[in-house]
Amino acid sequence: MVKDELKIGWSKIELASRVAQDLEDGWFVNLGIGIPTLVADVIPEGREIILHSENGLLGLGPKPEPGEEDMDLVNAGKEPITLKPGGSFFSQSDSFAMIRGGHLDAAVLGAFQVSMYGDLASWKLPNKPLGRVGGAMDLTVGAKRVFLCMQHTSKGVPKIVEKCTYPLTAPRCVDRIYTDLAVIDVTDEGLIVQELAPGVTFEYLQEHTAASLKNHTTGLAQGETAQ
Amino acid sequence: MIQKQFKNTAEAIADIHDGATLLVGGFGGSGLPSQLIAALVEQGAKNLTVVSNNIGAVSDGVAALISNNQVKKIICSFPVGPHADDLIARLQNGTIELEISPQGTLAERIRAGGAGVPAFYTPTAAHTELGEGKETRMFNGRLHVLEHAITGDYAFIKGHRADRWGNLVYNKTQRNFNPVMATAAKVTIAEVDEIVEVGDLDPENIATQSVYVHRLVKLQTEPEGRVVVNG
Repeated sequence: MVKDELKIGWSKIELASRVAQDLEDGWFVNLGIGIPTLVADVIPEGREIILHSENGLLGLGPKPEPGEEDMDLVNAGKEPITLKPGGSFFSQSDSFAMIRGGHLDAAVLGAFQVSMYGDLASWKLPNKPLGRVGGAMDLTVGAKRVFLCMQHTSKGVPKIVEKCTYPLTAPRCVDRIYTDLAVIDVTDEGLIVQELAPGVTFEYLQEHTAASLKNHTTGLAQGETAQ
Repeated sequence: MIQKQFKNTAEAIADIHDGATLLVGGFGGSGLPSQLIAALVEQGAKNLTVVSNNIGAVSDGVAALISNNQVKKIICSFPVGPHADDLIARLQNGTIELEISPQGTLAERIRAGGAGVPAFYTPTAAHTELGEGKETRMFNGRLHVLEHAITGDYAFIKGHRADRWGNLVYNKTQRNFNPVMATAAKVTIAEVDEIVEVGDLDPENIATQSVYVHRLVKLQTEPEGRVVVNG
C-alpha cells in the first residue's frame, strides 16, 4: 500500500516546482517552513519573483554553496540562504507590515488540515503539548493569495476534509492547494481539481480526500455521470 | 560626555530584579544576544517574564533561563524546537505560564509599546483559539481582535556595530526583532561585535537610534557557530 503510494504523484521538489510555475513575474511571495521553502530553489529561469522571508528579508535566493553558509543570513526555518541583488533586510515590524498590510501577492504555506471551504489548520496538533504559530496567522490574513503546498495525506489520513478538527489558523483563507497528487482550487462552488499528478486518477484522488471533489474538465462530483 | 559602554555583560545586567519583564531579540540563533543571556543565568534573577519569538531553537537562548528556573511566564510565537523539553516539563507541572502570540501581532504589540500605543485591533487570530477571550470589533465587515501593547523593564539586543552614543547597525537577518524590542524597554542593553566613535557609522544605515539604547557591551569573543535547526 505505502509502496504503491510512493510510485505515483510528485516528489517534494517536483511539487515545489509545480507551485513555482504558477508564481507570476513581478510577484512578491512569502515561503513558509517545510516543503514551501524548496520553492526558492526552483524558480523558473527568467522570471523575476521576489521572495519574502518573515524574519526580515526581501529578495531571498537559493541555498548557499557548502562552506558559504552565514548564520546571520537565514530563512524562516533558520536555514542558511542567500540574498539576491536588489535584496534588503528589515525589522520584524517592517516585515509584518508587508504581510499584514496586504503587500504580498502570495504566501505558500504548509498545512495539517484544510477544509473544503478553505479553512486552514496549521499551527497546533491535538496530540502535541505545544502549538507553534509563527507568522502563519498573519500570512493567512494578510497575503493576497494563500497557496498550500503539502502532502495529500498524513500517514494515510486525508488532510483535505469537510471540516477542520484541529485548531484553526484562519477561516476561509486558502485559494489553492498543491499536493503530491493534484492541484485543487478552493472556490465558492467547492473543491475543483485543476490538475492530477502523473499516475493519479480522479477516483484515486477522491479516495484519499475526505471532502467532495469536482473534476475541472466535467464539473461533476464523484459518482455522477456525464449525460 | 555620553558613555553607555559597560566593562562586561555581568555589570551591564547586574541590576535586573526578580519579577522583571525582559524582551529578548533574535530569531532562532540569528541576532540572539546569547552573552547577555549567559550573564543573566549567572546572575540568577527569578520570576522573569520573557518576551522572545523562538523558545527552544538553541540551547543558549531563552531555553537556558527556563532550564535554570528563572522564568515564570513566556510570551512568544514559536515555543518548539530541540531545546523546548524543559519548557514542556514546566508547563506540565504548572511552574511556567505560556502565552502564544502570532508573530506579526507580537512584533506589533512591541512596536505599539515602544510608540506609546496601548492597544490596537487586528484581524490576525480572529475566529481562532488565540483570539478567544479578547475584545472584538467589526471593521469593514471583518472581525478584529484587540491586542495589548508589550513593554519591558529590560531589552536584550544583539547588534553588529555601535557607536559611543548607542546607535546600532545590524548584520543581515540578525536585525529581526532587535530594532523593535530596543524601542520598548525602560533599559535597553545591546551586545555588539564592535564599538566605534560617534560619526563613524553611516547615518543612512543606522537601524536603531541612540535614543533607544541605554547600555552597550562589546563582545570579547566571536560566538561559536550553531547547529542549524528549525525551532
